[in-house]
Amino acid sequence: MKDMNQSGEVQLLSGNHAVAWGVKLARPDVTPVYPITPQTPILEKLTELQTQGLFNVEMITPESEHSVMATCMSAAMTGARVFTATSSQGLMLMHELLHYTAGARSSIVMFNVNRTPAAPWGFWPDQLDSLSQRDTGWVQIYSETPQESLDTVIHAFKIAESARLPVMVNHDAFYVSHAVEPVNVPVQELVDGFLPPFAPDLLLDTANGRTFGAPVNQQTWNQNRREMAAAMAEVEGLVDAAGRDWGALTGREYGALEKYRMDGAEVAFVTMGSLCGTVREAVDRLRESGLKAGLLKLRLFRPLPERALREALAGVPVALVLDRNYSPGMGGVLHQELKAAMYGENSTRLFGLLTGVGGVNVSTTTIEGLARKYTDAAPSNDPIWVE
Amino acid sequence: MDMINYCDDGLFSSGHVACGGCVEALALRVILNTLGPDTIGVVSPSCTAVICGGHPMSSVKIPLFHTTIESAAASACGVKRALVAKGKPDTTVLCLAGDGGTYDIGFQALSSVCERNEDILYICFDNEGYMNTGGQKSSSTPINAITGSTPGGKTTRKKNLIEILAAHRIPYIATASPSDLNDMAAKVEKAKGIRGTKVIIVLIPCLPGWGVADDSAVKTARLAVEAGVFPLFEVIDGLIYKMSSSDKTRPVDAYLQQQKRFRHLKPEDIAGFQTDIDQEWERLELRASDQETL
Repeated sequence: MKDMNQSGEVQLLSGNHAVAWGVKLARPDVTPVYPITPQTPILEKLTELQTQGLFNVEMITPESEHSVMATCMSAAMTGARVFTATSSQGLMLMHELLHYTAGARSSIVMFNVNRTPAAPWGFWPDQLDSLSQRDTGWVQIYSETPQESLDTVIHAFKIAESARLPVMVNHDAFYVSHAVEPVNVPVQELVDGFLPPFAPDLLLDTANGRTFGAPVNQQTWNQNRREMAAAMAEVEGLVDAAGRDWGALTGREYGALEKYRMDGAEVAFVTMGSLCGTVREAVDRLRESGLKAGLLKLRLFRPLPERALREALAGVPVALVLDRNYSPGMGGVLHQELKAAMYGENSTRLFGLLTGVGGVNVSTTTIEGLARKYTDAAPSNDPIWVE
Repeated sequence: MDMINYCDDGLFSSGHVACGGCVEALALRVILNTLGPDTIGVVSPSCTAVICGGHPMSSVKIPLFHTTIESAAASACGVKRALVAKGKPDTTVLCLAGDGGTYDIGFQALSSVCERNEDILYICFDNEGYMNTGGQKSSSTPINAITGSTPGGKTTRKKNLIEILAAHRIPYIATASPSDLNDMAAKVEKAKGIRGTKVIIVLIPCLPGWGVADDSAVKTARLAVEAGVFPLFEVIDGLIYKMSSSDKTRPVDAYLQQQKRFRHLKPEDIAGFQTDIDQEWERLELRASDQETL
């Protein structure tokens, strides 16, 4: 089925298969991957497309996610466009190299399927796996739907290659990774026009004898972080620009922070990933019932769009931060981030609500109830477990 | 004695920071100049990483990527596949690692690269311990050797990595010694011409780590070869064994006496060492002679 504007073809795809189609369209040179539930359909679709002759790539199947990331960073240092995908335990096994790749300014794109970290063993949607990689220097984007995952993975290459920072795109296990929806798969020409070939100026090349990654002194290490800070400062603009340009090409526009029915909102929900869909429906019902609710969907978590968050919450009396993760001893990670971002902005009362931790279902009714319960509640700094 | 026969194109510079008298620098010079400039290197944390230089200095004239200690083989694979994707499949990708990064923490990644027969040349500079961190035992440390983490002497044998690599059926495995530089260069040259995973293990007597006199590293390496402690040989396709030196010409005593790490050995320990060496040598000779009948 051709789409209205001829920009692509609509297929019924799971979130993971949508990612694989996006990756194929981005034309990576090298894709090392290791299987892990619930990421594996991304790997299998990519290898299937390669075997069918539809995807020209150096596919590598190392023995662990750790070696996957080592292979990714070295291929990227050699000027290749690189993609990999993982989840949970796999992402955490890569942790050392997530720091390394970011410090080495490696333009890698990785898709992570958010899944509970063990122990206890679980395979459920929870964002703690990626949120606990917060300080590695990776850009982090969260996607709500299969379509958004396909589109975002293409944007991610543009962002990674412009900022010279690795980019991790995330979607929730099963709710997005395995949910099947009609997805517009863009035509190759459209993607080629959007995403130019990767042509880094600094790379491992026999034309010169450059050394990368050698031990440095304190000043140079310090300088490396300052340069990363400067690169991070560009990322929000790159995410917004990619989303705008993509909107002009496909009719599907994205931003770092997206607002839903925030006009005159008395209570704003702030969350990421698949919960946004549920909240959107709750907001509609609340508005129908006379309570002015709205949603701030945070797509870009790192770097955190602090100014955009402050501006969006200006004049909003209550903000309910919904965290599908729990940092033991502190609370929801997004709640901590919002508290930091809103420091000094005392006109908005923030509440940190632990919703859906471990993948438990969060219904529209539950979310509606939260809006009613906390509209007039006394301020609280502590995380609140939602039943 | 043969003259050292290789062409020095200046791919390894003087002024590096290896310990005075270290033969790892010597081996690196021969290896880099044998491979030539169409080479990209990957080095994991090790003495070699230090010898190659801290930023912004570099003693090597090939492009080089410093990776993490457990990632040497995986990183080299990433470079190679990227070159293939970019239409440069003939560039040699050289992996430089120590025995800690090879026998221990990098073993898993190396095994995987061997299983996939990735087209890299992997050099392990085997100084039989974590010498860059001050001399602790690795799984390459020989039995009875005193190290920083085995002050009473190591109680288990050195891991036989060659046999493990041979079981992967990779096209080329060899041992080399700084006492036999022409042999080393010939093996590097041979490996360069083979597609697939090639591993060369180079014995590096460590001056401070083994307690060897500053001028005695080459001599110690030669004694290791002549006593059969470190036999020079090749394994083709994991099956065909070829001895590079056909004789074991001396007992182990002189080799052990060069080194402080073995100075505490009692006569029965030395006798046990000798028995182990004799048995290993016999097994090796048997394998090599088996091939003649293949």
